Amino acid sequence: MYESDGSIMVYWHALDSWDGVGQLHADASSGLSAGTSSGLVLVFDIPPKGTNITVSEVLEQHHDAITDISAELGQAPDGAGDLVTADDAGTLCIWSTGEEFTLLSKIPASGCCCASVKLWNGIVAAGYGNGQIRLYEAATGLLRAEVNAHARWIYALDLAPQTGKLLSGAEDSFVHVWKLSRNPDTDNVEIEHCHAECVTDTQVCGARFCDPEGNSFAVTGYDLSEIYCYGRA
Amino acid sequence: MFNKKFMEELFKPQELYSKKALRTVYDRLAHASIMRLNQASMDKLYDLMTMAFKYQVLLCPRPKDILLVTFNHLDAIKDFIHDSPGILNQVDETFRQLIQTYSCLSAGEFQLIRQTLLIFFQDMHIRVSIFLKDKVQNSNGRFVLPISGPVPWGTEVPGLIRIFNHNGDEVKRTEFTTDGNYVTPQREGSFDLYGDRVLKLGTNMYSVSRPVETHMSGSSKNLASHAKENIVPNPLAKEELNFLARLLGGLEIKEPGGSETGFRLNLFTTDEEEEHAALTRPEELSYKVINIEATQVRTRRPVLAGIRADPSPPVEPSESPR
Repeated sequence: MYESDGSIMVYWHALDSWDGVGQLHADASSGLSAGTSSGLVLVFDIPPKGTNITVSEVLEQHHDAITDISAELGQAPDGAGDLVTADDAGTLCIWSTGEEFTLLSKIPASGCCCASVKLWNGIVAAGYGNGQIRLYEAATGLLRAEVNAHARWIYALDLAPQTGKLLSGAEDSFVHVWKLSRNPDTDNVEIEHCHAECVTDTQVCGARFCDPEGNSFAVTGYDLSEIYCYGRA
Repeated sequence: MFNKKFMEELFKPQELYSKKALRTVYDRLAHASIMRLNQASMDKLYDLMTMAFKYQVLLCPRPKDILLVTFNHLDAIKDFIHDSPGILNQVDETFRQLIQTYSCLSAGEFQLIRQTLLIFFQDMHIRVSIFLKDKVQNSNGRFVLPISGPVPWGTEVPGLIRIFNHNGDEVKRTEFTTDGNYVTPQREGSFDLYGDRVLKLGTNMYSVSRPVETHMSGSSKNLASHAKENIVPNPLAKEELNFLARLLGGLEIKEPGGSETGFRLNLFTTDEEEEHAALTRPEELSYKVINIEATQVRTRRPVLAGIRADPSPPVEPSESPR
């Protein structure tokens, strides 16, 4: 870990010889967490001042390499948890953070790697290697929606917290924009398709919204030295 | 190349070779045969090999398909050497080791391998004429990624959205459309020692006869689209080579069972034409057939036997490179 200008290293943590850090996640409420290739999630306690960083917890629920970590981007309903971790086998763990991390629910693997995950208003959005996007209820771990979204491995998911727009990018060269919502009468999670963009001859590796409403997004791909930005006309 | 010790070394967990190291290994392998290439030709061959391999790794529908591509490579090799049981054994042993080492890896682990390979090939955009001709590569050197065809095994055709209530019952179905035109795949390729791999990546890209490119405006589009892939090796080609080997006196005559009785020369376009010409040949042009016994016992052709034993030409430093 370095100072924000990159000048000084303030902390280092050694892992076992075959372990590697796959994912890092940081935010104000849950602190800094790092996922490793052995499935461990390390939680670091970073004090508001000074460099006395310590490992506060080691979470051992995953048995496969951690692929993504996401914190609640909106408002969590009661008991819904505020952090989700995903691994190579497709297992998802939902945690409540705070003094200590507590496992709230565990969504078992279903035969496919989950490469990307987002948590919003108690909804877990997960992108899988077989091209599917699945939405789960964070509090219960129940499957609420299943989308045959892409024809190839989904690399990237992003969520615009102000509107619930979801962005997905995959190796099939497509980027899709979806809208997540909750039906107030039925309490069902809904997802509708808003827009498809084909980045010709490019395997999309990264996709991010450029604004919190999701009116513009940027895309990166394999062998691509440019970042493509798309905005509403 | 499939020597047990060499394979053992390759199977040890290790970092990917550097570009320089790979090029060195490649040069050594190429020169271990009777091939002699000058620097420019070697560079071209290496470029061709890297771009072809990049294409195969990039276009793999699923990460696990890189193993099927490898099996396609080995299947082709086994076909070349099917008459040599010693080497065939080595290749089969390699096959078994591949199955043992890689069959049980997860999709995520295969994707990691694939991504590591793709990083090696990043930013290489050398144009390959056969790829340009077949329209699998653009003129800027980037490969064409089709948005149609069968989806990978284990993937659904994109378009369906299903909503479930809190009891797990499906309560709604909607569909969305894109420019893509995907279909369900027919079957999965085989990961066994023998089997139909289904995937065409990794098969002989030169096995199809392509019409020679002529400068006719408008029709050049059709030349590429009609090149159907034929993965069955041409049996006549094998027979031709066997006949050549018999002429040199190096191969015992084996009559293969079945309808293929070997290589026959036909100077006409079709067999029908040949028969018709034989029937309509004027009587006054009668000829005698002279039989020439081309196969000779080894001892009667000492010069030829000498060449067969050591085909490399005498080394002359002043010889201009081919």
